[in-house]
Amino acid sequence: MAEKEVWITGVGLLSSLGEGLDAHWEALGERRVNADEKRLAPYVIHPIAPVSFDAQIPKKGDQRQMETWQRIGTYAAGLALDSAGVKGNQEILSRMDMIIAAGGGERDLNVDLAIMNADAQGKLPPAVLNEKLMNELRPTLFLAQLSNLLAGNIAIVHGVCGTSRTFMGEEASSIDAARIAVARIGAGQSDIALVGAAHNGDRGDLLMLYSFGDFALKDQYASVWARRNNPGFAIGSAGAFLVMESREHAEARGAKPYAKLTKVVADLAKRKQPGAVTKSLQTLWPQLGVSNENAMLITGATGAEPATAEEREFLGQHPGLAVRATGTTFGHTMEAQFPLGLALAALSISRGALYPANDPTGLEVEKTGAPTQIVVLGVGHWQGEGMALVEAVK
Amino acid sequence: MTAPRDKFGRPIVVVTGMGIVTSLGGGKTDNWKRLSAGESGIKTVTRFPLDSLKTTMAGAVDFVTVDPFSSTSLSQRLAEIATEEALEQSGIGSKGDFPGPLFLAVAPIETEWPQRLEVAREVPTKDFGIIDYLATCSGGKFAHFHRRFTFGSVALNLAETFGTKGSPISLSTACASGATAIQLGVEAIRRGETDATLCVATDGSVNPEAMVRFSLLSALSTQNDPPQGASKPFSKNRDGFVMAEGAGALVLESYDAAMARGARILGVVAGCGELTDSFHRTRSAPDGKPAIGCVRKTLADAGMEPEQIDHINAHGTSTPENDKMEYLATSAVFGEHTKNIPVSSNKSMVGHTISAAGAVEAIFSLLTLEHQRIPPTINYEVPDPAIPFDVVGNKARDAKVTAVMSNSFGFGGQNASLILTREPA
Repeated sequence: MAEKEVWITGVGLLSSLGEGLDAHWEALGERRVNADEKRLAPYVIHPIAPVSFDAQIPKKGDQRQMETWQRIGTYAAGLALDSAGVKGNQEILSRMDMIIAAGGGERDLNVDLAIMNADAQGKLPPAVLNEKLMNELRPTLFLAQLSNLLAGNIAIVHGVCGTSRTFMGEEASSIDAARIAVARIGAGQSDIALVGAAHNGDRGDLLMLYSFGDFALKDQYASVWARRNNPGFAIGSAGAFLVMESREHAEARGAKPYAKLTKVVADLAKRKQPGAVTKSLQTLWPQLGVSNENAMLITGATGAEPATAEEREFLGQHPGLAVRATGTTFGHTMEAQFPLGLALAALSISRGALYPANDPTGLEVEKTGAPTQIVVLGVGHWQGEGMALVEAVK
Repeated sequence: MTAPRDKFGRPIVVVTGMGIVTSLGGGKTDNWKRLSAGESGIKTVTRFPLDSLKTTMAGAVDFVTVDPFSSTSLSQRLAEIATEEALEQSGIGSKGDFPGPLFLAVAPIETEWPQRLEVAREVPTKDFGIIDYLATCSGGKFAHFHRRFTFGSVALNLAETFGTKGSPISLSTACASGATAIQLGVEAIRRGETDATLCVATDGSVNPEAMVRFSLLSALSTQNDPPQGASKPFSKNRDGFVMAEGAGALVLESYDAAMARGARILGVVAGCGELTDSFHRTRSAPDGKPAIGCVRKTLADAGMEPEQIDHINAHGTSTPENDKMEYLATSAVFGEHTKNIPVSSNKSMVGHTISAAGAVEAIFSLLTLEHQRIPPTINYEVPDPAIPFDVVGNKARDAKVTAVMSNSFGFGGQNASLILTREPA
């Protein structure tokens, strides 16, 4: 049976650059970057742009039940549904499939720090940890933390309630979310799906995990390609959501596509061997079916090493590609890395142009003409890699 | 001779290997023996101090140890043990070379308290803030904590150990996670992407913070004494679930592939379904519509009529709300047939293995089919008159069982159900 064509019919973006497609297109055109070297100095972060969440999350009660990452995600999911023209369409929403890529939510850093300080000063016998947690954690904080509660909030606020699956595992989780959604729609197991992720980079507690491995960018912001002497990722903030549906389903309801999502492939390189990422990308590339060696490529390259160097090696083997790194502009948005790339690819195709390069090293080159094929690339800072082919609808 | 495809023309998905660890023990043999004898694995927690806690018991798996302890490391170890058993039974592939993808249900991961405090003790400044703390985190001394506490770490390690193919998927759909892992595997085989999948679900979450968090949501039973009496699904005096640990692993294969290699078929995953509840973050819709829809979708996916289900392996958490809602949803779908269906909750004995529950209970459902014996719901002394299920109370019951429905309903509106049968329909 021939696989069904998968269209991207809705795109929702909220990031450090602002909200909505017009704002993003304008900011990308101006090579705007909103990086902050001071808030969590020495760590460089990209905080979310100021936004009134009321526009997509009208009930204050709902907003109170969420932490920032969930608000960002629920907001961007609402934008995607609006953009697909399905917001409030109960018939469609009640059978819409949802695959979310998520990490965990914000902790209560004040409570954590008080406990850690007490312990460091010898004032925390083991038995007292329980008491502190019982008395000081807000009961609802658990719900703001659980990975699957971003999906839960989207169901509650927007009524997306066909199915709900949450994938975890940093960058790879969102590549797999897109991969599974496309496979299901292609095989007729699903007609329409909401796929996306959210990330809030303005979080000291989150930096802990990445500091253990010295992955976080310190001191000075630089373009992703200009971090050789000071590698690392600047944690970014974004909600990136896509409505994907079969061509038939979209046509039947008169929906216009931004682009076609032709293929998503992913793998898990054995990174203990140097060069494994480069090799894995080389193996994945021919599976995409890129017909034009002068295509465009949007990568979520993090700036962390050695992953970025291995990716650069792969890119060097395809010198005709016009490359754009989202990490330069948005920082590293972790689980949102891949849907952000897909969103920008779909946006570029729908606007008939690739946005300008933003790279002092010259790896990114200007490219004129309407894109017909854009590859979206995602390499995890520690594990997992994959790519997708986004094409103009013929 | 059975048809190699189901009535919708899809590849039939069969189970050729199962492995299980719960508070009752390691392996199918021990688990089945104790489960069908009505024994409880719930005990007073000894892993950490219990001061200030309202709930002091759990179905912790204490006979498996990891050093240094973390819930994440325990989850991984339990998953490994279950997977080894499943692979051995299945005989598929070769050591370290499983010929298909991994779908892993696992609890959300974060750095845990012992490790947080280990770092805190090294911070040179007094009354430190987060930036001072982060400075101590970095420098490489604690790099192993990054390897341990990334969300993808358990799947990465399992994929490397067992040689699964492609990008392993870690997933969480709360208490439905285990069922979702199986569902993803079934879908991949039905799409024809692969002939085999490894579906694993694991949970090692009995730690102070997890207990506190569930306790603060008033979800846990506080009937601590005796601990084995706490989990009492469908009883009038039930007051919450009991946290538990465990893992279940299933090798799924297409019927064709399993037959071609002469594998023993343990059962069939005839149908899966899910439907989201958008009513509330922790409570289900009062009319039960999402759970009703979930059960109906599952029957439709299997191409079966309600009358063909002859046992329900209930979600049966022992929380006041879940058990009531489960009856409401079941009776709405099965109508008059409801009273003919023996219902039982494994959680009365093993507790609620949360992320693992869907897979653990799918395995118990398959063992029920194999042994033609329904394990009991223990502690069923005061039946709730509002839940007139035919509960298999306190003692196992021999019965003709051909098709089992296994339900999972979780926080965040996650509903998923499976139908397991002995033979292809």
